[in-house]
Amino acid sequence: MIRFLFAAVFCVFALPAAAEVKIAEITSPGGIKAWLVEEHGIPFTALELRFRGGTSLDAPDKRGAVMLMAALLEEGADGLDSRGFAERREELAARIGFDANADAVTVSVQMLTENRDEVVKLLKSALTNPRFDQDAIDRVKGQIQSIIHSHAASPDDIARETMDAALYGDHPYGSSDLGTAESAAALTRDDLLAARAATMARDRLYVSAVGDITGEELGKLLDGLLGDLPATGAPLPAPVTPAFPGGVTVVPFDTPQSVILFGQPGVPWKNPDYYPAYVLNQILGGGGFTARLMTEVREKRGLTYGVSTNLVNMDLADSWQGSLASSNDKAGEAVKVIRDVWADVAAKGVTEAELEAAKTYMTGSYPLRFDGNDNIARILVGMQMDGFPIDYPAHRNDKIAAVTLEDVNRVARERMRPDRLTFTVVGHPVGLESTN
Amino acid sequence: MLRLSCGLALGLLAAPAALCTAAFADEVTSFMLDNGMQAVVIEDHRAPVVTHMVWYRAGSADEKRGKSGIAHFLEHLMFKGTKDVPDGQFSQIVEAQGGYDNAFTTDDHTAYFQRLAADRLELVMKMEADRMRNLTLTEDDVTTERQVILEERAQRIDSSPEALFSEQMDAAQYLNHPYGTPTIGWRSEMEALTRQDALDWYGHYYAPNDAILIVAGDVDPAQVRALAEKYYGPLAPSDGIADRVRPAEPPQLAERRLMFSDPNISQPYVTRRYLAPERDHGDQAEAAALVCLAALLGGNAQTSLLSRALTFEQKMAVSAGAGYDPTSLDDTTFGLYAVPAPGVSLATVEAAMDKVLDDLLRNGVDPAQFARLKTQMKAELIYRRDNVGDLAEDYGAALTSGLTIEDVEAWPDALQNVTAEDVINAARKVLDRRHAVTGWAMRTGAEEKLP
Repeated sequence: MIRFLFAAVFCVFALPAAAEVKIAEITSPGGIKAWLVEEHGIPFTALELRFRGGTSLDAPDKRGAVMLMAALLEEGADGLDSRGFAERREELAARIGFDANADAVTVSVQMLTENRDEVVKLLKSALTNPRFDQDAIDRVKGQIQSIIHSHAASPDDIARETMDAALYGDHPYGSSDLGTAESAAALTRDDLLAARAATMARDRLYVSAVGDITGEELGKLLDGLLGDLPATGAPLPAPVTPAFPGGVTVVPFDTPQSVILFGQPGVPWKNPDYYPAYVLNQILGGGGFTARLMTEVREKRGLTYGVSTNLVNMDLADSWQGSLASSNDKAGEAVKVIRDVWADVAAKGVTEAELEAAKTYMTGSYPLRFDGNDNIARILVGMQMDGFPIDYPAHRNDKIAAVTLEDVNRVARERMRPDRLTFTVVGHPVGLESTN
Repeated sequence: MLRLSCGLALGLLAAPAALCTAAFADEVTSFMLDNGMQAVVIEDHRAPVVTHMVWYRAGSADEKRGKSGIAHFLEHLMFKGTKDVPDGQFSQIVEAQGGYDNAFTTDDHTAYFQRLAADRLELVMKMEADRMRNLTLTEDDVTTERQVILEERAQRIDSSPEALFSEQMDAAQYLNHPYGTPTIGWRSEMEALTRQDALDWYGHYYAPNDAILIVAGDVDPAQVRALAEKYYGPLAPSDGIADRVRPAEPPQLAERRLMFSDPNISQPYVTRRYLAPERDHGDQAEAAALVCLAALLGGNAQTSLLSRALTFEQKMAVSAGAGYDPTSLDDTTFGLYAVPAPGVSLATVEAAMDKVLDDLLRNGVDPAQFARLKTQMKAELIYRRDNVGDLAEDYGAALTSGLTIEDVEAWPDALQNVTAEDVINAARKVLDRRHAVTGWAMRTGAEEKLP
């Protein structure tokens, strides 16, 4: 056997406010790559696995299969039924979570050093030989049905689902990944096996570990844990261009406050405009009180408890979206203020002072994210999925610092599209009517 | 909370069962300033980051009747400004340092925090000390911010039938104690809150002898003490701070039941809350037993007694659980809930829930389940060390709920020392329906009647 390769790439970065975070890329003897931060101060390890594709890999008539499959991974494997598996997890005091989102099936683990081998054995059995017992399928389906029914009466969820359907149409991003009450009800054990085969394969696997483990130990662990997974899964769906025609869609709903979602076309990660747009978003709708939208909608007018915007970069689509809730009698005014701010920033740009404040915040706050083994492990696995190099944390702040007022205002002019700013409103907003 | 945090999870229960809250003693030190301000320092040198918090022993349960929401309203107004840091610049200055700041209010406390690079501690300490005594408020600040808290109420409570129902449950739970009044306030009273109300509250409670400083992160306790003496030390104590004696609950002699319906409840459920003791200074054993009881009854969706009986064996419920938050100044609640499966009535699932309680009292605690729980509580001590922010919150909540640092340090042992007999004794005492409120949440038009 080829000797275990250790630290093929090794990156150390130190930022003004950051501890040295040493990220090593290791390759296991069996060829599985992982990013590792050794932190031996506390005797446990956080392990994060991602399988790219997630609920987007649902077959068209099997919507909800991947989510149900992920939820059933903890419901029994090999000789342990649902309760047996959960009891074993309790005996080992391990934290094991399985989930799925539009872009990945996710596995999050925290395990003590003292019984790590036993936890890995349990985890492997869930990943490679889940039972999918019929009684567990029926029970979890019932829970998912209950959530689907709750969503149908929740203005937040109605708004999200209405907006996604309009943006993405028939693409998997266009519908709830829980499925509909009908599609979820029709799912069979065979559908779950197919969903697992489609999503959980080594050709789409990303791994990170942070904690009390060496590179050599991690390499062996990964081969044992993941070596038996199938080599390939299903092809990923095609990218989709979200539709932002402009205008307003109102979904009437009896609730005191209107839920308002809005958006326009986004900017891909890898586009040269990304960093200027990222800084611009901070100025426009970042979380703080100083953001333009927060100042105009909340601080000056008291129209909402909070408003924010984000560049939303999914694997297969990019958009720029925001949200708020506002009492029905004020929702029309809130929408008008947002439109005005959008048009004003697009036309006139932002000030040097706003730019400097945003850059200082963004560069200063970045190192604060690297806090806690589980957080760091999540960040590292996310970076790998997004295709960032291992030394990205060392250079990320340089990219923010390099953004000039000229860049930001050019991007505001070219990328902000007041004419395509599209609103979905759920409630009884005074002064707003559907135009779409 | 002052600022919107995403994904507000309004669960069916008031609070989760906290399995453990404590650090290792050698990481935690404390001191007291001459003006009565207590301080706790929690060291974690893995990253050069610090969390700076000031907690006031003033929460919504300390409000005068008719002024509900003033504790939380003042929390918002604390970001408006002082002579030295005017016009909402507090958060701007923190953000300009790459930091994050926010605040939150509960029944028992109001807390302010900043998280930023450890070498900027002095800056935030100086500003936090400044606004403890020097707040300035204009009528305009108050008028606009009152709209914001009304929007906050609309978003968090009025738009959520589950939150509205929970508010009604609390109001029915407490016959006399102010825990029955919502922290955010009743709308009609919030609308009437004035600048003078805010200033009265501020003048009375915002003083060093009513505050607790908590600094967690990459700091040296001696240096924290020097900074605290410099900035908090000179502040004058308030002479109006009295013992926190709230109107007491009279004996609860009658079971209460609520029938709540709303068009936006798609999934009916039953919930019950029993009045329950909380952790007391020097006496945490009963609360520790109740933490174990909540975990055994309803902690885990696969292994807990309610799940096993209602969801797995009888297939009567979509889910079921229990919850208990042991940290509170006065008597708190112990909660249960069950969401019936389609076609199962609330009456049926409630009866099944009661049978689980009866069976536990009759059969005692399963030793294997109890041993697993103890193992998890022990492991929690290791996992908790990864997040000093959570530890800081544990100390803050405890110290504003009548507990001491010694109580916090004794808590893990209190949990480990709970015996199966303690659990059953606590259950016998607390699970008494004369002290409980049981509520059915139903969709309008599909109401069920009591059998």
